[in-house]
Amino acid sequence: MYPRAFTYHRAGSLKEAVTMLSQLGEGAKLLAGGQSLIPLMKLRFANPVHLVDLNFISGTSCVREQDGALHFGSLTRHAEIEKSTSAARVPILRDCAAGIADVQVRNRGTIGGSLAEADPSSDWATVLLTLSCEVRCAGISGERSLKLSEFLKDAYTTALAHDELVSEIVVKVPPESSGGAYIAFKRTAPVYPTASAAVQLSLEGDRCTEAAITLGCVGLLPIRVLEGEAALRGQKITPKLIESAADAARVAADPQSDMRGSAEYKRQLVGALVKRATEAALQRARGQQVEVSHIYA
Amino acid sequence: MPDAAQKVSIQLRVNGKLHSREVEPRLLLVEFLREDLELTGTHIGCDTTYCGACTVLMNGAAVKSCTVFAVQADGAEITTVEGLEKDGELHPIQKAFGDCYGLQCGYCTPGLMLSALQLLKDNSNPNQKQIRKAIAGNTCRCTGYQNILKAIDTAAAAMRSAGHGD
Repeated sequence: MYPRAFTYHRAGSLKEAVTMLSQLGEGAKLLAGGQSLIPLMKLRFANPVHLVDLNFISGTSCVREQDGALHFGSLTRHAEIEKSTSAARVPILRDCAAGIADVQVRNRGTIGGSLAEADPSSDWATVLLTLSCEVRCAGISGERSLKLSEFLKDAYTTALAHDELVSEIVVKVPPESSGGAYIAFKRTAPVYPTASAAVQLSLEGDRCTEAAITLGCVGLLPIRVLEGEAALRGQKITPKLIESAADAARVAADPQSDMRGSAEYKRQLVGALVKRATEAALQRARGQQVEVSHIYA
Repeated sequence: MPDAAQKVSIQLRVNGKLHSREVEPRLLLVEFLREDLELTGTHIGCDTTYCGACTVLMNGAAVKSCTVFAVQADGAEITTVEGLEKDGELHPIQKAFGDCYGLQCGYCTPGLMLSALQLLKDNSNPNQKQIRKAIAGNTCRCTGYQNILKAIDTAAAAMRSAGHGD
């Protein structure tokens, strides 16, 4: 399958890419990892007139630690994050990076591209919403920094202006007493999950001081389970409390029936995922090494 | 309107041999390999980033060549199934796929062998779980995978005893 013909532009820097976007107008799109955009173009769901390739810009594919935060260049590939020792300090990031699609897709796909596409089924947005995450956006007139929750507007819609791009993603490293886990339910590796859950907990002794629970693939945007978080916050976490967080997740989910399952099935599924992710997050917050992997049908 | 006549000069090394071509931007890497270079060992299966039949190594990393434009491979080193054999000797991965009956129709085999090659470059002694994870992006509709897993395990052992660098 061939996409419609387009004009190819190779940007030498992010600044040049922004200038190109601004000059070329609305028909121009950015090409990052291309693992969503190229299939969409081949199926002719996306028909950009101009493609601005970011892949030849040096220094945009890296993870660095600075002032207690991880800085991801926007073109950092999922596979690089999977292998990064810096990112391994935040286990939920590794759960996410190592579980996206398959090796081939992880070698190409990028964290910035994933956030900018804002696909309701993507993994990164769901996971990063449980952490303190800022998205740096670069435009003609300079940079601005948005909280991820402000950056994501709707399905496939972000706060980016046409001539803006994601330059960097900054994630605050949670304290030692914090732990998180991300679990998705998938039919096979290359497909998007049927549903997913990300949980990050902070403890003070036995007591949970902070909790963030986010659901993926069961709404137009990742969904925060505020009632579930409130149920855990300030409490000693017991199986019964985890059960009530899972119940809150089932209520908060807003799934649609599709080929991956009925809405009711996904609602039940996401509750079970919250339960498992909370248990793993709790163990990690207590300093235990726990391997977490996605569940395949 | 796009410039329909646009051609972009690319230069890339495929299985060690340097190629320079002028290509249309929308030309996919898999089509470039098959049509322009006549390296038809790389197959097109689903053509939608699922099945992995088109897997090649790009700068040592497995990619689905149906989901990379040829212009993006400018300056890259590509390895296809044709690059596995050296001086008339099958690569240990190729030999193991044959010996273990790791293929039936053979359509998915080139992609699976390249995924196996990336795995074994990074990890000379993978366990079953690591092998399974490494080929999760490659679909086979004949073998039921058991013999493929055996083949990769066998190839790993052969490469370890031969001290295989690649």
